[in-house]
Amino acid sequence: MVKTYVVRRLLALVPVALVVATVAFVLIHLAPGDPASVIAGPDASRDDVQRIERQLGLDAPLPMQLVHWYVQLAQGDLGQSIFLRKPVTEAILDRVEPTLLLTVFAIVIAIAIGVPAGVVSARFHNSTTDQALMVMALVGISIPNFLAGLLLILCFSVWLGWFPVAGYSPLEYGWLATLRSLVLPAFALGLVQSALIARIARSAMLDVLREQFIVAGRAKGLSERAVVYKHALKNAMIPTVTIIGISFAILISGAVVIETVFNIPGLGRLIISAVLRRDYPVIQGVVLCIAGVYMLINLAVDLSYLWFDPRVRYQ
Amino acid sequence: MVVRADAGRVDAVRPPSRALEWLDGQRWIVLLARRKVALIGAALLAVMLVLGLVGPLVAGNPSHMDVAARLRPPSFTNWFGTDDVGRDVFSRVIYGARLSLLVGGAVVVFSFVVGIVCGVLAGYFQRLDNAVMRVMDGLMAFPAIILAIALMASLGPSVANVIVAIGVVNSPRVARVVRGSVLVIRETAYVEAGRALGASDLALICRHVLPNCLSPVIVQASFVFAAAVLTEAALSFLGVGVPPFVPSWGNILSDGRLYLRQAPWLVLYPGAAIMLTIFGLNMFGDGLRDMLDPKIRGLQTERQRAA
Repeated sequence: MVKTYVVRRLLALVPVALVVATVAFVLIHLAPGDPASVIAGPDASRDDVQRIERQLGLDAPLPMQLVHWYVQLAQGDLGQSIFLRKPVTEAILDRVEPTLLLTVFAIVIAIAIGVPAGVVSARFHNSTTDQALMVMALVGISIPNFLAGLLLILCFSVWLGWFPVAGYSPLEYGWLATLRSLVLPAFALGLVQSALIARIARSAMLDVLREQFIVAGRAKGLSERAVVYKHALKNAMIPTVTIIGISFAILISGAVVIETVFNIPGLGRLIISAVLRRDYPVIQGVVLCIAGVYMLINLAVDLSYLWFDPRVRYQ
Repeated sequence: MVVRADAGRVDAVRPPSRALEWLDGQRWIVLLARRKVALIGAALLAVMLVLGLVGPLVAGNPSHMDVAARLRPPSFTNWFGTDDVGRDVFSRVIYGARLSLLVGGAVVVFSFVVGIVCGVLAGYFQRLDNAVMRVMDGLMAFPAIILAIALMASLGPSVANVIVAIGVVNSPRVARVVRGSVLVIRETAYVEAGRALGASDLALICRHVLPNCLSPVIVQASFVFAAAVLTEAALSFLGVGVPPFVPSWGNILSDGRLYLRQAPWLVLYPGAAIMLTIFGLNMFGDGLRDMLDPKIRGLQTERQRAA
């Protein structure tokens, strides 16, 4: 049962991956006019345009280009950057460290704040604490992460001077400096995400607290503490863990935005500068890379149900 | 096809009449107004809507530059201060509200038209289901903001392109919800009866399937609107959204980022505008959802919102 489920899920990824690759391919052809001359810019010579055409394989017929694109991707080759003059995979690997660290740091913050807030809120359902926490969470999901970043800079860097305004210190210069440079961006991402996690942890807890086995637990005289933290919490973790997985995926794309706020040289800066320079291979590469990670995380989340909720195995 | 015992009674197979539906519609509004959360949300949205609509009457020219008066703090002449080229921030925030409302509304229309067409096609015609939904899955495999950035890279910066890019990103989410309810409605007795009476697919879809699958989708509208406003602000902030001279909350924030120390008002006022709008939309959406369908558990919508 489990094996067929996993195989089925993996097979289901194939058409999705094909569509994703095709969408990335279409991107370059969506641009109005001839893509090569758009990339080369208005002042480019005829030679430049032809060079770019050859480099991107734009001189071949469209179906051939698409087949070539699939073959290239299957080999793990994302092409050459036009502006950076190096392979796109290399450009991505150069920039992956800050984005990855930022995402991980942010998810830790989101869980550390979101899960306890949600559980407390559910335990004291309809109390003032619950209402206050939920209003805060509603405010939290209403703040875009880049705005949260700007407000944190304003408060902690400009007014209080506790953290650097922007910038990133790579790991090779010591992890403490890296950590310090990532505190504000990670909080900007993590705080917003914790609001979402808190809301879900709360509704998951409330659902579980209505179940028969909770009534049974109370009936046999278990303390409220044991009922909530031992029996309910364990079961409420199933949807919560799912959402944490999804949060991780959301945070990667959030990191892309927040990097601009804090001038962090990660994947986000890479794709934005590529957009401004019309460096299509880099745009395609970053988009594919992030979509790939996103798909794998979603797969992992679906498979994690096998672990947390044995009922899935028999569907 | 199974002929039901009560199929002879006309009113048993007929969907509720228009008049009844209309009456139901009015009751919704009363019910909605009784919910405090939805009411606060609606009030916030109404303020934004009015400000956006009558903007030109209360605000000055958002593009008028006065370099001598650059980075002035808020005062009686410039309520929200001025920016780095001396433009009035209040006017720009008000015009930004217009742009956000325009983008939000247009994206809702775009993604609902595309999403409903795709969702009905996939849900109603089983042969199309796989093909249509795999494309939708593929589009949803991209994180929203990443796909929007990529589309903007190809389309080029303009208001219309921002609407198209965000619309494409949100259409699959609408399509999924529509397909889900069409699958259920397709099997109901009144559709079956209609088919038995010889109604064409088109008539069945337009008269019976569509009107009945709308209510779960309507709840989506406020969330799609919120997502559109947020994504537009993010794209413009990143410099890949609407062109820099267009007054938009994201553009003002993008300018403000460079002058955080000298001119925090460049961030605070447009930031507050975004927050209040999204806050209003979320509260309104939550209220609408709880009222329209108390059976939907909060968890499901949270997941939809998250994705």
